[in-house]
Amino acid sequence: MAKITYIEHNGTSHTVEVKKGLSVMEGAVQNNIPGIDADCGGSMACATCHVYVKEEWFDKVNIKLEGEDDMLDQAYEPTKHSRLSCQISVTDDIDGLIVNLPEKQ
Amino acid sequence: MIKTDALIIGAGPTGLFTAHQLKLIGLNCEVVDNLDKVGGQCIELYPDKPIYDIPAIPECTGEELTKNLVDQLKPFNIKFHLNERVDEVKNNKGTWQVKTNKGTEFSTPNIIIAGGVGSFEPRKFAPKECEKFENKSIFYSIKDKSIFKGKTVSIFGGGDSALDWAIELSKGSKINLIHRRDEFRGAESTVQKVQDLAKEGKINLFTKYQLKDTKGSNSLESIDIMHDNKEVKNLKTDYVLGFFGLIMQLGPIVNWGLNLDKKTINVDTEKFETNQKGIYAIGDICSYPGKLKLILSGFHEGALAARACFKLARPNEQYRFEFTTTSKNLKNRLGVKSD
Repeated sequence: MAKITYIEHNGTSHTVEVKKGLSVMEGAVQNNIPGIDADCGGSMACATCHVYVKEEWFDKVNIKLEGEDDMLDQAYEPTKHSRLSCQISVTDDIDGLIVNLPEKQ
Repeated sequence: MIKTDALIIGAGPTGLFTAHQLKLIGLNCEVVDNLDKVGGQCIELYPDKPIYDIPAIPECTGEELTKNLVDQLKPFNIKFHLNERVDEVKNNKGTWQVKTNKGTEFSTPNIIIAGGVGSFEPRKFAPKECEKFENKSIFYSIKDKSIFKGKTVSIFGGGDSALDWAIELSKGSKINLIHRRDEFRGAESTVQKVQDLAKEGKINLFTKYQLKDTKGSNSLESIDIMHDNKEVKNLKTDYVLGFFGLIMQLGPIVNWGLNLDKKTINVDTEKFETNQKGIYAIGDICSYPGKLKLILSGFHEGALAARACFKLARPNEQYRFEFTTTSKNLKNRLGVKSD
């Protein structure tokens, strides 16, 4: 289990335990955290699970696969800390991860 | 007013196979889709990505799957209404009256919603002020390129649509091409062409910039774009084009009195009927205990919903279950010879 904190755009914070092996997107969906739509179900095909990884965590999560930046081009207000949460795997190394959610997907 | 036994909303894999099932059991149907082509998410989101979990097809791309499903519909004459979105659904004495955004009207006892995650709509710019210029000076698709002649056009995006239009419009307009990073995801030759035109001064390239603000009261005068390092540039421009792909929106479906669970519609698992008699939901858009968002589940759901449609479309006839391997009836409909 890893503790992950999702902070909605309005500041509401949700800290949940997510099982190892899931994605950060699945952690949000299973815990009914608003703000992550994941329309395509996690196949890196839609950019509706877009999150901003907190700066100090950005280099600790697994790196982007080819194609993720192409999808992020379509995301709403992407920044250099943008990731698709379906592509971030939950491991012991990211226990304590903090992600901010965009204003909309 | 078009009368039909069943109206399918959504021409993705689930909708296409359901059309096959309806025709096979002797019902007619029409299909409406907001996209300009059939195939739904398969064709719009992952035409080139291989799929490995379609029964009896070890590997195929979204495009190939779509093509095969369309081939399977060849024996049947099915009317597709593309580029149309169903806006209104009303009940009139047990019959559904349906109207699209183009004004096409249907009257049917059965509506099958195979809408995926909703209809595809263009993604738009983040700044709120962009709304007031939309369809005047800010566009997300191009209907008439002649309006740009001799004008300054600022194009945002890094994919083929943005690059192709930048190249095309650079022939007669002053072009700014703005993208949020240095890499473009368009075809290699297209990216090269854009870079060549940039060197020749025919396209002004701004990378690591995004739209920050629009200026102008009645008509658009200029835009502010902001670099990753927060530096802001002001560009005089007559038109702005945004090409950020499509996003799926549930849209008008929320107004049809259906039991919704977030972005999905609750159904039973016998007929895949919603809380409204004669309205079914199948594929990614439906939810029930154990639902799997797989294409194969959509096929099963469509086959059962089609049988449920029979009862309402042919109330005085008895549906008889038959196999395509043996039934003369079914073979006739398929246009194949019976042994």
